[in-house]
Amino acid sequence: MDTVTPKTCYGLGPNHVVMGTQQYALDVESIRADFPVLDRQVGGDVTTPGPGEGDDTPLVYLDNAATSHTPEPVVESIADFYRTYNANVHRGIHHLSQEASVAYEEAHDRVAEFVGADGREEIVFTKNTTESENLVAYAWGLAALGPEDNVVMTQMEHHASLVTWQQIGKKTGAEVRYVELDDDGTLDMDDAAAKIDDDTAMVSVLHVSNTLGTVNPVEALTELAHDHDAYAFVDGAQAVPHMPVDVGEIGCDFYAFSGHKMCGPTGIGVLYGKEAILDEMQPYLYGGEMIRSVTYEDSEWEELPWKFEAGTPVIAQGIGLHAAVDYLEEIGMDRVHDHESALASYAYDRLTEWDDVTVYGPPGEERAGLVAFNLDSVHAHDLSSILNEYGVAIRAGDHCTQPLHDELGAPASARASFYIYNTREEIDALVDAVDEARQLFA
Amino acid sequence: MGIGGGSDMYRQQILDHYKNPRNYGELADPDFSHTGENPSCGDTITVDVRLADDGETIEYVAFSGDGCAISQAAASMLSERLPGTTLSELAEMDREDVTDMLGVDISPMRIKCAVLARQVAQDGAKLYEGDIEDLDVTKTED
Ligand SMILES: Cc1ncc(COP(=O)(O)O)c(C=O)c1O
Repeated sequence: MDTVTPKTCYGLGPNHVVMGTQQYALDVESIRADFPVLDRQVGGDVTTPGPGEGDDTPLVYLDNAATSHTPEPVVESIADFYRTYNANVHRGIHHLSQEASVAYEEAHDRVAEFVGADGREEIVFTKNTTESENLVAYAWGLAALGPEDNVVMTQMEHHASLVTWQQIGKKTGAEVRYVELDDDGTLDMDDAAAKIDDDTAMVSVLHVSNTLGTVNPVEALTELAHDHDAYAFVDGAQAVPHMPVDVGEIGCDFYAFSGHKMCGPTGIGVLYGKEAILDEMQPYLYGGEMIRSVTYEDSEWEELPWKFEAGTPVIAQGIGLHAAVDYLEEIGMDRVHDHESALASYAYDRLTEWDDVTVYGPPGEERAGLVAFNLDSVHAHDLSSILNEYGVAIRAGDHCTQPLHDELGAPASARASFYIYNTREEIDALVDAVDEARQLFA
Repeated sequence: MGIGGGSDMYRQQILDHYKNPRNYGELADPDFSHTGENPSCGDTITVDVRLADDGETIEYVAFSGDGCAISQAAASMLSERLPGTTLSELAEMDREDVTDMLGVDISPMRIKCAVLARQVAQDGAKLYEGDIEDLDVTKTED
């Protein structure tokens, strides 16, 4: 691959780039150059992090749904913050604090623009998607829900929302319901229409399933929620990194995602909330930074979004996320989506060539950029261990969807998930390694 | 190892025990029988043990269950290894004894699979001897 120079092939339209004989929706080779980790070899001692002795197998990284890699411009933006303007925000009148505060606030503006929010007031930085879910569950759910209410989720929910609302249900007496799936791994919308009723206070649904790859009709689900005066919360952890998302078009009340799955750093998540709703909500965490004034007796809250960002916030991570958004937008989210769909479709086709492979979720063209599967003769954990010996990094387990796996009748599955820097050759490497595992266990 | 080589963690011995498990099944009248699981993988193992007349020496072991090759092979090997040892020797078996028995390096993420059968046997013995009470199913999440 290193020897091939990409060239634009106008016959395919200006957006297509040819690498060798492959056509991609984006310039994979120059993207890969921004991610030095992709050139790593693996296989040696894992107790000392980083490249070292015994690392002799080229890495094939197909675990992007768990976390994506971080391109140089993002690493640089974080290093630049620490090297040249590190300071706490909103606290100092001094120069560095002002620079850091402006950069941190602008990161909110940039993210707002990226997902179609009305402004920084609607964008709260959290630790991750999970914390975004918990913020709403605690700040709104505990206060608003009671035994007469119900919360509607789907059977494919990630533990981040499933466990959170399940437990808030236990605390408040609210009933928790799950919309069932059709055989092809899509939502049964008739069941959704039946389960969402006048007692529904919250509809919390995945945008894209991290196990099935299903893209859910979140606009329609939001509409159902609103028809019954319920709020709609969309878990976009697997959507925002991979396709254009506009929260205004979806119409949902809350939307959550994580920085580390979209070329950004770990330690930052986003909660989008409609301003009017966030305004009404009480804070989730108390402390400094989130208050306007404090007496021994009482406190007043800071304006949005700072009301929900207690203590020293995720400054470096926010700056890194800003750079990640810039990076993705420069590529173009449509192209990111097209590239991943093409890879997922290719992986789906190659894996389903075999009768002893079960692939979960809808067919190739309809799925997001991931493929969860099982090989009849080899347990997913064994498969992942063997693939690892070929340098192929995938996820094996229940992917934080244990109830869904119970529903699928498999305690675990193997999942390959793709991103902007993955190639068809890497999927071939995956398929070859799966074949090696098959032969080893034959 | 690199592409084209064999598999380190899946030496012939492990694959052989996985494909042809020894002492697979149930004992007719075990002195104790205990079950454990590895919730994250879905591995389950039940170990049945019958003791010799001295009430201390393990005479027969059978196991049943399903799951990944590492967990099942470890159970199969353990079932061959335990007869002739005493309950106190079983209690002293540690992680290293298990990896020695398997004869391969087990990666940190897979160690729970490897030690499941040993832990089930140990917990079964403790329940039998009354050292612990009220343990329905051993779970190797800790
Ligand atoms: C669909 C979905 N929701 C939520 C999460 C949780 O994200 P995080 O671990 O960053 O909180 C993930 C990823 O792990 C996910 O795939």
